[in-house]
Amino acid sequence: MSLEVVLFTVIATATGLSALTVVLSRNIVRSAVWLLFTLIGVSLLYFLLGAEFVGATQLIVYVGGTMVLVVFGVMLTAQQQFLKIRTRPQEWVVGGILAAALCALMVTVSIRLGEGRTSPPAEPMPGTGQLGIGFLTTYLLPFEIISVHLLVVLIGASYLARAKRRSREAVARD
Amino acid sequence: MTELGLTPYLCLGAFLFACGLLCIATKRNAVGILMGVELVLNAANVNFVACARYVPSFALEGQVFALIVIVLAAGEAAVALAIILNFYNNHATVDVDTADELKG
Repeated sequence: MSLEVVLFTVIATATGLSALTVVLSRNIVRSAVWLLFTLIGVSLLYFLLGAEFVGATQLIVYVGGTMVLVVFGVMLTAQQQFLKIRTRPQEWVVGGILAAALCALMVTVSIRLGEGRTSPPAEPMPGTGQLGIGFLTTYLLPFEIISVHLLVVLIGASYLARAKRRSREAVARD
Repeated sequence: MTELGLTPYLCLGAFLFACGLLCIATKRNAVGILMGVELVLNAANVNFVACARYVPSFALEGQVFALIVIVLAAGEAAVALAIILNFYNNHATVDVDTADELKG
């Protein structure tokens, strides 16, 4: 067994178990913590695959940015009765059967897709330089679209989440 | 098994996707559903990067689209949390089963 296989087994087991705990945990705060471990495990997988820039971006944007947002969302809405909302058993059964069937289907397809691709090509993954050149030449349009998209998200999110002040007439009417 | 192929990565992606789907289907807390969506997006990203490593003609594209998905996921989380906070301010609950005002 090579070092890569051992590392993949350890990281993949940890990632899969934390993802399962996100689903099974009743407490939303614990789910958030396990999601954090899942995201860190996925970024370690990127490093294992040799995609250092994607792994670093995952750590910075996901673990550092998105998870902070989610934890703030949990804290701002965490009242005792919402921390543990019960799910009905029949929802677990239906959802579990659906998810298991879909997982089995995708594993079958994965095995067929992965046939013959047992060893990676000899050349290393494209690094940061090639990625940057790609973003500013071939993939310029998607790059610009996500920049404008981020601006729209910024304006929209701050508009939606703003603190509402009641107008003077409404106060006077009451 | 002495050498790691593409299949284990794709299987892990499939498992993460199924976990995310189960999370979306069973959680009643709106923030929990958002976590399920994050899991699904991560599953897709694992597949992108694994294919970038093992399929030579996909080496640059896989990483580029993985990065785009990460950025879009951050934007999606921001908008979703803004909507959830707005709903919480108006209704004082985050249980999605009570969010049925748009029912026909």
